Amino acid sequence: MIITSDVVTKEALVRIDGVHKYFGHHHVLRGIDMTVRQGEVAVLIGPSGSGKSTLLRCINMLETISAGRIHVSDDLIGFRESRGRLHDLTTKEIAAQRRDIGMVFQKFNLFAHRTALQNIIEAPTQVKGQSRGKARTRAMELLDRVGLANHANHYPAQLSGGQQQRVAIARALAMEPELMLFDEPTSALDPELVGDVLNVMKDLAKSGMTMIVVTHEIGFAREVGDTLTFMDGGVVVESGDPRQLIANPQHARTREFLSKVL
Amino acid sequence: MSTLAPTDPATLQPGQRRRGPELINAVPVRHPGRWAAGAIILLFAAVMAQSVVTNANFRWETVGKYLLDVLVVQGIGWTLLLTVLSMAIAIVLAVLLAFMRQSDNPLFRGVSWAWVWFFRGTPVYTQLVFWGLISVLYPKLAVGVPFGPELFSLSTQDVVTAFVAAVLGLGLNESAYLAEIFRAGLKSVDSGQMEAAEALGMRKSKIMWRIILPQAMRVIVPPTGNETIGMLKTTSLVLAVPFTLDLTFATNGIANRSYLPIPLLIVAAIWYLVITSILMVGQFYIERHFGKGVDNLVPAPVKAGPAPVNALPATAAQAPRTPRKEDEVL
Repeated sequence: MIITSDVVTKEALVRIDGVHKYFGHHHVLRGIDMTVRQGEVAVLIGPSGSGKSTLLRCINMLETISAGRIHVSDDLIGFRESRGRLHDLTTKEIAAQRRDIGMVFQKFNLFAHRTALQNIIEAPTQVKGQSRGKARTRAMELLDRVGLANHANHYPAQLSGGQQQRVAIARALAMEPELMLFDEPTSALDPELVGDVLNVMKDLAKSGMTMIVVTHEIGFAREVGDTLTFMDGGVVVESGDPRQLIANPQHARTREFLSKVL
Repeated sequence: MSTLAPTDPATLQPGQRRRGPELINAVPVRHPGRWAAGAIILLFAAVMAQSVVTNANFRWETVGKYLLDVLVVQGIGWTLLLTVLSMAIAIVLAVLLAFMRQSDNPLFRGVSWAWVWFFRGTPVYTQLVFWGLISVLYPKLAVGVPFGPELFSLSTQDVVTAFVAAVLGLGLNESAYLAEIFRAGLKSVDSGQMEAAEALGMRKSKIMWRIILPQAMRVIVPPTGNETIGMLKTTSLVLAVPFTLDLTFATNGIANRSYLPIPLLIVAAIWYLVITSILMVGQFYIERHFGKGVDNLVPAPVKAGPAPVNALPATAAQAPRTPRKEDEVL
């Protein structure tokens, strides 16, 4: 890896090296290399089926990679290496690795039987053993931060899609992760609700959170992204500064994709 | 329409709204067939009621005499005890079996499958007779080292009494049916719930207990209520053990001694109906508890107020941000 002088100040938080993923005979990821540095917002775009969501899900072990290595803050994800062989981690060890990685889903996946507040305090109290009082205080701060302080006692079914997604972001933040993964967070939303969710994500980016965002929001990539990666057919077609890449794509496939989504 | 809608409030007719559009007050479709059918049903009901009251063969005075007979009341107690204990055993086993069936461990999956296969595949009557005869098969129960010395032993007849045999027989059989109901319930919960909980670093056991099972209960409770009411009546099979104190056996005993089968059947039927009705009330509240967040939800009112200001952490750059529009209301 070539480290140029202007980036040595930032440490690599996520290192993806030669990752392949098969679903049966279906070769979904075909050798992905990628680095995300501390505090960076990495945006992944590409047509459906390009493997971008699969890559994101591999980072927190919702999918297991078939080849390659993924490191998050120098921890090898999903495996332990000893005497030249990889050993599967136990479910307990995998759960421990996931605690520092927050994930936001396309379909929100809020716990339907819990209110917004209960959704947020679930993991801090059950996984980290925080007291309910402390977790509630923190949860109310987070709800305020995503603009939903007066919706704390609403069930997910009583919230709009945009509100649900903002609660889902607050729920992930409650675990104080060092990395946030966003899997098409605005794709299931009505167009008029997209802006609220993107605003919360922009604030989060400004606060210095390291984020990997799979999205179709090119505007968000241009405005907030530090890097933009275009994937197609399970490979990274090109990657670079979002503004340059959008203005001046180098590959025909990238040009074709951008012309359709812009 | 403009000729019908008065523009001047002074000309409003009584019953018309002062503001907003004139509401539709349409003539509903008439259903003469329903009235005719209703009359016929009422007539039949009246004829039935009249015959039930006036037909002396029902012997209502005998029904009244035995309704609160000490043997009958004791029978109700035993029947309730059998129902509650066997359902409790069945529910505990069913949760375990359903979790095992979804486990990553192939041994658990296999054991769970085989359990359901066996206990669902043989008649409950046969199983009850079998538990009654267990002391013939194994006269004593011993604790010891496998293939080695024995530490202590008990007579099977002392441990597996007729009552224990009845509860075991009913409970183990029921567990197989309930396991399938629980499995269906667990499968009904969206896989995204599991993924979201996993992504938060929760352990599988916690996810199942705290996230998946409570949501699955919505689907599990109605058929389990069905099974409980079924069990209430299935307890009458315990004479196969033989266990002879339950409601059906008690009323049959009285009927045989007094040569009055019909009024005693009515006594039993009345009590089964009363207990079933009480169970249905309980089921209503259990369903309401587990339906929270999903069933009968009204969109919650949103408090009016200014758009909240984001409290960014101290490290965040205080850059001007685009004004947020009011929180959207569902």
